[in-house]
Amino acid sequence: MSVDVLGPLLPVVPLVAALSGFVLPLRSKNAAALLGIAGATGALVVAILLAVRVDEPFETVVEWVQIGNLSVTAGVRIDSAAALVAVAVGVVALAVQVYSTAYLHDDDRYPPYAAQISLFTAAMLLVVVAGDLILLLVGWEIMGICSYLLIGHDRRLPEAPAAAVKAFLVTRVGDIGFLLGIVLLGVNAGSFWITQVLAALPGLPAATVTAAALLLLAGVAGKSAQFPLHTWLPDAMAGPTPISALIHAATMVAAGIYVVTRLYPVFVLGDPSLTVLGIMAVVTVLIGALAATAQDDIKRVLAWSTVSQIGYMAAALAVGAPAVALFHLLTHAAFKALLFLGAGSIIHEVGSNSMSAMGGLRRRMPATFWSMTIGLGALIGLPPLAGFWSKDAVLHAASSSSAGWLPDVVYGVGLAGVLVTAWYAGRLWLRTFFGAPRSPGASSAHEPSWPMTVPVVVLAVPSALLGLLAFADGFGSRLTPFVVDLPEVSLSHLGAETAAPLALLAVGLVLVWVLWRRDAARDPARFLGPLRSTFDNAFWLDNVQDRLVVRPVRALARRVSTADQRVVDGAVEGTGQGTADAGDVLAAWHRAGLPRAATALLAGVLLFAFAAALYGSAT
Amino acid sequence: MSEALLVAVLALPAVGALGALFPDRAGRLFGTVFAALAFVASLLLGAYSHTTGWFSYTPAASGAPPIVPWTSVDASWVPALDLRLHFGVDGVSYPLVVLTTLLTLLCCLYTWWHVPAGGRGSTLVALLLVVEVGMLGTFLALDLVLFFVFFEVVLLPMYAVIAGWGGERRRHAARKFALYTLFGSVLLLVGVFTVVAAAGTADLVTLTSSTVLTRNTQLAAFALLAIAFAVKSPLWPLHTWLPDAHTQAPTVGSVLLAGVLLKMGTYGLIRVAVGVAPEGARWAAPLLGALAVAAILVGCLVCLAQTELKRLIAYSSVGHMGFVLLGVATLTATGIQAALIGNVAHGIITGLLFFLAGAVKDRFHTGDLAVLGGLRERSPWLSGLLAFAAIASLGLPGLAGFWGEAFAVVAAFERGGAGWITLGVLAAIGGALTAAYFLRMLRKVTHGAASPAVAAPPAVRLSGAELVAWSPLVVLALLVGLVPAVVLGLSAAPVQSLVEAVTP
Repeated sequence: MSVDVLGPLLPVVPLVAALSGFVLPLRSKNAAALLGIAGATGALVVAILLAVRVDEPFETVVEWVQIGNLSVTAGVRIDSAAALVAVAVGVVALAVQVYSTAYLHDDDRYPPYAAQISLFTAAMLLVVVAGDLILLLVGWEIMGICSYLLIGHDRRLPEAPAAAVKAFLVTRVGDIGFLLGIVLLGVNAGSFWITQVLAALPGLPAATVTAAALLLLAGVAGKSAQFPLHTWLPDAMAGPTPISALIHAATMVAAGIYVVTRLYPVFVLGDPSLTVLGIMAVVTVLIGALAATAQDDIKRVLAWSTVSQIGYMAAALAVGAPAVALFHLLTHAAFKALLFLGAGSIIHEVGSNSMSAMGGLRRRMPATFWSMTIGLGALIGLPPLAGFWSKDAVLHAASSSSAGWLPDVVYGVGLAGVLVTAWYAGRLWLRTFFGAPRSPGASSAHEPSWPMTVPVVVLAVPSALLGLLAFADGFGSRLTPFVVDLPEVSLSHLGAETAAPLALLAVGLVLVWVLWRRDAARDPARFLGPLRSTFDNAFWLDNVQDRLVVRPVRALARRVSTADQRVVDGAVEGTGQGTADAGDVLAAWHRAGLPRAATALLAGVLLFAFAAALYGSAT
Repeated sequence: MSEALLVAVLALPAVGALGALFPDRAGRLFGTVFAALAFVASLLLGAYSHTTGWFSYTPAASGAPPIVPWTSVDASWVPALDLRLHFGVDGVSYPLVVLTTLLTLLCCLYTWWHVPAGGRGSTLVALLLVVEVGMLGTFLALDLVLFFVFFEVVLLPMYAVIAGWGGERRRHAARKFALYTLFGSVLLLVGVFTVVAAAGTADLVTLTSSTVLTRNTQLAAFALLAIAFAVKSPLWPLHTWLPDAHTQAPTVGSVLLAGVLLKMGTYGLIRVAVGVAPEGARWAAPLLGALAVAAILVGCLVCLAQTELKRLIAYSSVGHMGFVLLGVATLTATGIQAALIGNVAHGIITGLLFFLAGAVKDRFHTGDLAVLGGLRERSPWLSGLLAFAAIASLGLPGLAGFWGEAFAVVAAFERGGAGWITLGVLAAIGGALTAAYFLRMLRKVTHGAASPAVAAPPAVRLSGAELVAWSPLVVLALLVGLVPAVVLGLSAAPVQSLVEAVTP
């Protein structure tokens, strides 16, 4: 098959699986599972074929619809970066589909669940390959609604519906900006076709490009959970654990970063949008990492770690290294999917999300232990695991950039982040796998069945080895979006400067180990002292959001509703009532007794006679 | 042949309305069969649309008249007053004609299985068919007086449907609906005769292709016509008949009200008001745009504080029609195209939403959001469909509702200038609020444990009638979303001509 056929096929394969899954009866669990796995496998195969075959970027374009003078196209635009991201999406989606069959084996609504995962995959793949901004928006928003549906899937969790609504609405607030940015670009470029938009950029007024870039960033911040729109991500942990893996590793949060690389010229020309992105990124790195230090829920630790790691990717974008951002995106996809699926296995066995109920799982779940050790090592950047190379590339990009003060800030915060990351990852590792079991569930845990264990173990391979791709010839240029004219980046650079992050990493690990050893049964987070509750509540930004946005909107809604009823409708009802009352009064006058009626009649006759007389005398 | 089809589209439902004379079941069957025949006739009518095929887009020749019906019938009616029976169909009216015949057919089918309390089913079907005749006549009329006559035909049967088969406060709601829209009709009548007296003709094709009216006449005519259509659409602040009427009407009445009746207002605005008085339209466009955005925001905020299911959907119509009116107000080809597809999408999706809300109320005897809850525990398919309809209605890209809303915003940006861009931004914020209230609705109705009201009824499975009535709408919501050309393919050329006529 030629790449022209394979490209569009990439999102279509899981889409077909999704649509057929939605009409399956709720009982047919096996068929649904097979359909989901087949869809993900098909997408993965297509993605691998594309990754192998695509050397030169290519695109297909057909007109989708003509609205007024604007035409919307449907077509794909695939370069090797897109193909590699698609492979990552396919791998994670397949792992999640296989894993879910065991994790949700007693779920009585499995077909819609599997179909929603397929739809989610299709939407993300659509974002990856879309050649038109409107088509990209379609995938972008369908991902949002899939996250809503899947986060709210667990019907036993009382907080799930609220978390689902929050996830969709917070990202939707960002998407106001995303839509407006697309509209601004499309209207000014006369087309939504990305190639044409990028070609038209140099001719557009600088203010327009800047406005469009900043508006797009709002959408990116929402989807990729960047400050201040990151608040939905930790709550999204109410979704089933495989869904967390899907959202955090390869879809949704990755989409924002990917789209910035895809439209990178808009941000380069739209100065100072990259500076804004950089500031958002460093704040996000710190908030995420610090909040992760105090969580007790194992999934929330990982969720905040995602927030922080996505911040690293955004920081790489801000210092002018989109290829490095994609490199970290790929390695992060591998190790974060591993960590979430591993955490799911632990939760499944222990019966609780709380690390206070874990401990000592090293001997009872050895495969999960070793896999997660690799995953956590990759997360903190332990050489030679995958995360080491990509995080080092981010720091190197910051230290070697000479664009003002921002790279220095990014470098400093990036180093601080390494220390904090090592601390919280070490805490998770020690609290979960070492010491004595702290609950009956933890003392009776054992390895789960193979559909859960195998994906975790398999994902350990890329988590360990993916970083070595940095040494592959031309890998950096493969990750560079094809429209960007940037200097060739080298993704591997071992040197004296690598010592600083490694030293901080060692400090973080030793610190948490020393604190933990004092009393292995207690949480090292207690040494955070008064900061602990601030970190645990993520700097109370949820409350800020509640006070500044949610409550005022609700109050406004109540006021407007009352005003609409009392004033606008009141005027209508009042007119009606007034007319009816006036009619009643007139009717009452006409129902007078005989004497008054006779008097009125006589008065009327007199009046007419008088008028006639006057008229007669006048003419 | 095509002329015969055009007459058949109008005549078949009128004949079907005679079913009221038969006994109940026979009458309903008779009416439903004729509704089906009318639907088939309207589909066949489309076969004559383009010699080169449905999706072929040919830019209108510059200076082409805005109305070029591909099929028309013109006969003398009252020669003394120069009134003519002039009907025709083009790309602007055709999607609405099909929407009308389809929704009426679905309503008749639904009534075949399920007659609401209040009266005989055959009478209800007959009234629905009379409403259909009025709506079709409005969309097909190419004579201004004829347009007015059919615009009014709809009023009384709809009054009877609400007053006869409605909810508890049906009489009040029906009276309010009739009197309020009658107020609009009076203005329409005055507007129509202002135009006819000044131009000396009532023929829409002539009136729209050349400007014979003076500027002042146009301003007066546009003001009168626009207010009349704004009542019907409805545009804030002339909307308050709508929540009462929708809430109290029986399910099929709500479906037709939201699905088609409101479109008479926006269609009239595009075809008659803008077409006949382009200068008036240019003059009033900023005000119209501002009111449209006010409608979007007010509609959304009221929905956010709403406590009754059907009332919420009714108010959501105010917001959605705001997007349609914003599209019209921009007077750009993009905006008017967005308005046309927004019209059709709203008809499909809100029709479905009212069917579903009716199903919820039939089963659990309440629409109170505080009392409902946990629908997905009792009836997963009903709750799944409700979620689908709500998601379609909040304008998810890939489903029908997206195109109209997004491209109304695009049109506002295309129009340019600080004012229009502000309106576009506010409309986009309205889009986010739409998501907020629909998700709030879903959370209250479908999520959580089953509330006592939801847990009580014994059987809540979907019936065959419901599936038959709903599935076409589900499919269409998806189809129009994925292939918007089914609606827009035909209207590109007439809209282009209309915009050329409006732009000086």
